[in-house]
Amino acid sequence: MQPLESWGRYPPARQAAVSVHWRSDPLPRVHGTLLPFGQGRSYGDCCLNEGGTLLATSRLDRFIEFDPEQGVLRCEAGVRLGDILAFAVPRGFFLPVVPGTRFVSVGGAIANDIHGKNHFRAGTFGRHVRRLELLRSTGERAVCSPAANAELFAATVAGLGLTGLVTWAELQLRPVKGPFIEAETVPFRGLDEFFALDADSSERFEYTVAWIDPRPGDVRGLYFRGDHSERAGKPPSLRDPAALPLDLPDFAVSGPTVAAFNALYYARGRLRTSRKQVHYPPFFFPLDAVGSWNRVYGKRGLLQFQCVVQDRAAVSALLERIVSSGLRSSLGVLKTFGDVPSPGMLSFPRPGATLALDFPNRGAQTFALLDALESIVRDAGGALYPAKDARMSPASFAAAYPRAAGFERHVDPAFSSSFWRRVRAA
Amino acid sequence: MRRVLVLGATSAIAQQVARLYADRGAELFLVARNEERLGAVADDLRVRGASVETAIADLDDPARHDELLARAAPLELVFLAHGVLGDARDTGGTAEAAEAVLRTDLLGPVSLLTRAAQRLEAQGSGCIAALSSVAGDRGRGSNLVYGAAKAGLTAFLSGLRNRLSGAGVRVVTVKPGFVDTPMTDHLPKNPLYASPERVARDVVRAIDTGADVVYTPWWWRFVMLAVRLIPERLFKRLSL
Ligand SMILES: Cc1cc2nc3c(=O)[nH]c(=O)nc-3n(C[C@H](O)[C@H](O)[C@H](O)COP(=O)(O)OP(=O)(O)OC[C@H]3O[C@@H](n4cnc5c(N)ncnc54)[C@H](O)[C@@H]3O)c2cc1C
Ligand SMILES: NC(=O)c1ccc[n+]([C@@H]2O[C@H](COP(=O)([O-])OP(=O)(O)OC[C@H]3O[C@@H](n4cnc5c(N)ncnc54)[C@H](OP(=O)(O)O)[C@@H]3O)[C@@H](O)[C@H]2O)c1
Repeated sequence: MQPLESWGRYPPARQAAVSVHWRSDPLPRVHGTLLPFGQGRSYGDCCLNEGGTLLATSRLDRFIEFDPEQGVLRCEAGVRLGDILAFAVPRGFFLPVVPGTRFVSVGGAIANDIHGKNHFRAGTFGRHVRRLELLRSTGERAVCSPAANAELFAATVAGLGLTGLVTWAELQLRPVKGPFIEAETVPFRGLDEFFALDADSSERFEYTVAWIDPRPGDVRGLYFRGDHSERAGKPPSLRDPAALPLDLPDFAVSGPTVAAFNALYYARGRLRTSRKQVHYPPFFFPLDAVGSWNRVYGKRGLLQFQCVVQDRAAVSALLERIVSSGLRSSLGVLKTFGDVPSPGMLSFPRPGATLALDFPNRGAQTFALLDALESIVRDAGGALYPAKDARMSPASFAAAYPRAAGFERHVDPAFSSSFWRRVRAA
Repeated sequence: MRRVLVLGATSAIAQQVARLYADRGAELFLVARNEERLGAVADDLRVRGASVETAIADLDDPARHDELLARAAPLELVFLAHGVLGDARDTGGTAEAAEAVLRTDLLGPVSLLTRAAQRLEAQGSGCIAALSSVAGDRGRGSNLVYGAAKAGLTAFLSGLRNRLSGAGVRVVTVKPGFVDTPMTDHLPKNPLYASPERVARDVVRAIDTGADVVYTPWWWRFVMLAVRLIPERLFKRLSL
């Protein structure tokens, strides 16, 4: 197996990796602990297991059953969401929740209980999982659903791979007419304008998200909103994109380069404010156009920060702190979560505004900023997203995830992760 | 091709080839020895749009061969994929281990394809495609028995192609280089490794276009040309 790393390439971790080729196979016998690994699209260490073994699931990529009347799909846990869309869209269905990349496995989507641009309507991914099979280190195979083995289900959704290996899942898809999205881009300046736009848009649109560029004394951004189009048509072909073949040097993500990129991106967005019909991939997955774009950040990698806070003042405090740090981010995202309850004990989404940014790893300077942001979030009673995290303290985790103690009972004793050992350290 | 018989349908490469035919709505007849695995492969291909029949068989057993071909009839494309790598070093190169590799990688395939060829020749149409290997192009100390079996298979396929060329039956020899599949799970990976998806695309293109011998990825043709040009005097001393 190739050495595996997380999307942020930070922290570096050394561990063994074993491929799981068949869902009927027992778990391999290894020294140390196991952790499932999907597509490694988590940024930090929730998909890493320093000193242990990763169970690579990319070959658990088979469909099992599809009901074209009800739109119910049963498939193995290593199937990527993009492969489901390539299959389902021509048959008139779409995934009820998609993240910002289609290169995410079903198992990873469940284990982080991921959210999309329609959280205020659809809730998290886990809400659309009808059943799943969990393979435990005892050899037991537990079929879990909101009705059967309900507690184990609530632990496994957002369970960070710690309750065992999800071998398959049954998903409820939603009908669509075709592959198009009616998309609109609206430029804005300032948080007040963002929140006004957001309140209005969530009434009228199914998907909403904003790209933001925090600058001294001001934040500017582009607000994207859209709906599935009624228009039928041929779906785009979803070939894997050409990958960036090498790590770029530091200046690729230096302040001036990012500032120039952001200015261009904003200017381009301002010119395209009209409504238009686009295929779904560029609307949902703009970053997928370049494979392994994380290599732009070079060998040292990047750190992602994503939080949810209820208080608007906390959002502006976070943005001010970022601006004053002098570090720039080109992938700033701001959106709001609704109040649809999340099904997992450790689910991240909860009502409030969620802010996500990525920063090149510049060592102490980046860590200091992340520490400062973390304390603003903790003081505001917010939460950080494990899928994006490599740094949060045990105290922050405990405060944001009060059900962790109850969850712990469901952790399979043969499973662990770098993330879990970090946030549960005494 | 509307009808495809896949021998060794649980092979990682065969699964990807079968998916490409499933996308075309083909009728697949799948043979493998492990029932649970074959069930998983068959369900996947059905969902993807194929109509699928299955049979469980250890293909080392020639007594099963005629029955399998009869059940799969009428034959159109016969795709042979099963095989084992064996390991000369692990087994200490015992004669028994060598025989087992030859049985699976050469004797079984020759028996199956001889019988399939008779049927195709009689009907005057069809295609045989089989996974041989670049390892058959020159014997190496690290997998000499496997290499010998694949060299035998390559020669057999070339003879079969020659014999059937007037009969309306095509024979495609596929020579993959290193492929990232369960067969090579235990080996450290390097940039020469191809994905089974990539190999499958080449296989189906070769069958579609009527190629005779295809290396996959294509540049292995030149690598193996160079490997064959090394004088034996030198080659014997290389650690390969
Ligand atoms: C460009 C980009 C955009 C993103 N946008 C969003 C977004 O909009 N919303 C969002 O919520 N997230 C987003 N993410 C994060 C991503 O969706 C999550 O990190 C997701 O969990 C990654 O899935 P994966 O298959 O890569 O799993 P990995 O990252 O490999 O693993 C994630 C976790 O899942 C567990 N796991 C994986 N497979 C299994 C299994 N079979 N059984 C049990 N546990 C398993 C692992 O142990 C680990 O704890 C984004 C990531 C990127 C790179
Ligand atoms: N991987 C490479 O680097 C590579 C390179 C060149 C050529 N090839 C050739 O490609 C072919 C496919 O291999 P792969 O890479 O796809 O590996 P694989 O996934 O390990 O497939 C090998 C398949 O052969 C089956 N098999 C072995 N003995 C059998 C028997 N007696 N009866 C029935 N089935 C049997 C195995 O079945 P089980 O699942 O039941 O074990 C397995 O499905 C092989 O012929 C191999 O020699 C591979």
